[in-house]
Amino acid sequence: MVWNRVDSNGAAMNRYRNDPGAIRALVRPDEVHRDAYLDPELFELEMEQLWRHTWLYVGHDSQVPEPGDFYSTQLAHEPVIMVRGSDGLVRVLPNRCAHKGTRLVSAVHGKCAGGMLRCPYHGWTYRLDGRLRTVPLKSGYEGTAFEGSNAAQGLREVSSVNYRGFIFARLAADGPDFKDYFGESLTSIDNMVERSPEGRLEVAGGVLRYMHDCNWKLFVENLNDAMHPMVAHESSAGTAKKTWDAVAGSDAAVPMVIEQFVPFVNGYEFFEKMGVKVYANGHSYTGVNFSIHSKYSQVGDYEQRMTGAYGEERARRILGEARHNTVYYPNLTIKGAIQAIRVARPLAVDRTLIESWTFRLVGAPDELLARTTTYSRLINAPTSMVGHDDLHCYRSIQQGLAAGGNEWVSLHRNHSPDEAGGIAGIFGATNEVPMRGQFRAWAEFMTRGMQEG
Amino acid sequence: MAGDTIATTAALVDFIYSEARLLDEKRLGEWYELFTEDARYWMPLTRDQPNGETFTSLFYEDKLLLKVRIERLRHPNAFSQQQPSFCQHVLQQPSVEASDPESNHYVTRTPFMYFEAQLDTQLILAGVTYHHLSVVNGALRIRLKKIELVNCDAALPSIQMLL
Repeated sequence: MVWNRVDSNGAAMNRYRNDPGAIRALVRPDEVHRDAYLDPELFELEMEQLWRHTWLYVGHDSQVPEPGDFYSTQLAHEPVIMVRGSDGLVRVLPNRCAHKGTRLVSAVHGKCAGGMLRCPYHGWTYRLDGRLRTVPLKSGYEGTAFEGSNAAQGLREVSSVNYRGFIFARLAADGPDFKDYFGESLTSIDNMVERSPEGRLEVAGGVLRYMHDCNWKLFVENLNDAMHPMVAHESSAGTAKKTWDAVAGSDAAVPMVIEQFVPFVNGYEFFEKMGVKVYANGHSYTGVNFSIHSKYSQVGDYEQRMTGAYGEERARRILGEARHNTVYYPNLTIKGAIQAIRVARPLAVDRTLIESWTFRLVGAPDELLARTTTYSRLINAPTSMVGHDDLHCYRSIQQGLAAGGNEWVSLHRNHSPDEAGGIAGIFGATNEVPMRGQFRAWAEFMTRGMQEG
Repeated sequence: MAGDTIATTAALVDFIYSEARLLDEKRLGEWYELFTEDARYWMPLTRDQPNGETFTSLFYEDKLLLKVRIERLRHPNAFSQQQPSFCQHVLQQPSVEASDPESNHYVTRTPFMYFEAQLDTQLILAGVTYHHLSVVNGALRIRLKKIELVNCDAALPSIQMLL
C-alpha cells in the first residue's frame, strides 16, 4: 500500500507549491502533519527548497587523493562529480555535459584520463575546474550564438566547502553561509578527526548501501531517538546479551560484537542521562555526557599514540568525548567515537538509500578500523538484525500514517512553550526536541523565498 | 589414518544440497550443528575482499553470532519477522575444487539462486558459495561458508534469512 495523492493523470496535485502558509501549517510547535512524510509534491518541494539551499555532505577528500581522481554521486535529484583539480583543490561539478546533458562519468570512483573530463557522446572536454576546454569541429559554431550560450560556460561549479576533509556542497547559489549553517555542531567532526594521532581520516573498509522503502526523515529522526532502542532492539541486542550470558564463564573476555550489541538494550535512565545537544537549523547530537560507545575496551597502544601526539590532557579530552549520533541536517549523520557515518540519499517520498561509510584513523592501530567495520556490519548492513527492526518500524510508519482519524504525528515529549524563543540547548536525551528542531528548520527552508501564488 | 577423513564427491555434493534444504525448511538448530566451533559464515561486501576484519562484510559471523541470529528469528518481539520470511535456494550441481584427505580439507563451489519472500515482496539474489569442509567424527562439517553475491555492491533491501 503506497500513499499517493495524485490527480487522474498521475501528477501530484499543486496543494503546497506557492503556498508557504499551507506548508508552515504542517508544523506545529509539538506536532507535525503526516503529509510531510507522505505527500509526493512536498517531497519534490523538499528537493527544490530544503535540499538545495542547505549544505549537503558530498564525500570525503580521501576518496580523491590525486589530481584527476573523481567520485560521482547524487545530491537531491542532481548528479554531481567530486573531483580533485590539478591545483590540488577538491571541487563539486554537475555531472552533465554542457552540450546535451550526458553524464560525464558513470563510474562511482575513477581517474580522469589526461587530466580532463571528456564526454563519452560527442567528445567535448572540460578542465578539472569545469571550464570548457575543447569542442570537436569548432568551426561549425562560427556565426552562431554559441559563445554567449549556457553550453559555452562549461560546467558551473557548485558551492562547496572542505571542512577537515569532509566536502559539503550547497546546490543553490543563495543560502546560508557554511559556518553560520552548522555553527558549533562542527565540533563533532573536529572530535572525529582529532581521534587520529595525525589529525587525518581516510575512507576505508567499503561502503554499505541499504535501500529503505520509507521517507528520508524517518531515518534521520531515528538517529537521535533515544526512546526506541530498548523496545525495537530487544530481539537482537537483548538476545545477544542473553546468548552471551548463557555461554560465557565469569572470566571470559567479552567479544567486540557483544560489547557493541549490549548497550542498545540499556534502560530508559541510561538513554535519558546521556543527554542531547540541539543546535539551530536541525542539527543535534546525543551522548553529551556518555553514550553506548563509552565503555568499549582499549585497543593496543592507541592511547599512548594519542598522548604522544596531543599531550596527556588534550588526548584525554578528545577520547573522553563519546558522542552517539550527530545529525548534520538534512543528509549526514556521524558517529565520531567509532568513525562511521551514514548518508541519506532520498530517491522518492517513500524511498531512501542509506550509505554507511567507515574511516581509518591515520596513525592508529588497525584494530580500530576493525571496530568500526564490525559496528557497521552489525548495525548498518542490509543483513543487520538491528537494522531490520529499525527499517520495519520506518516502513510501518510510512504505511500506518495513511490510517484515518488522526493526521498528526506527536512530538510532545518534554515540549516546553519556551522553545518558541529558540530551540538550542542541552536536554535529557529522551526529549523529542531534536525532531522539533528538525521540523522548525524544515518549515523555514521549505518556505524560504517562496511567494504566495 | 586418512580413512577417517575421506569424503567422496558424492558425499560432498549430498552435503551441500542437504545444508541448503535445512535453511529452506527453517531447521536452523540442525543447520547450526553443521558448523565447526571455529567456523565462519561470510558474505563479503566487495569482490576479491581480502578479509572480514578491516573490511565491512554483509555477514561475517562466528558461531556465537549465528546463535544470536537464530535465537532472534525465534524471538516473539522480532518485529520485522512478525510477518515471517521464507527462503528457497536453487543450487547448481556443486563442483569439488579441492579434495585432500591427508589435511582433511575439502572445498566445493556452488552457483546459486536465492529467493526470499515476505508476503507480497520477493527478493532474488544470485552468486557462488564456497564451502570449506572437514570430516569431524565421521561427518562433514563446515569450517567456512563464503557467499559471493553477484551484486554485493548494490543497494540492497533487508536480507533477513540465511543464504
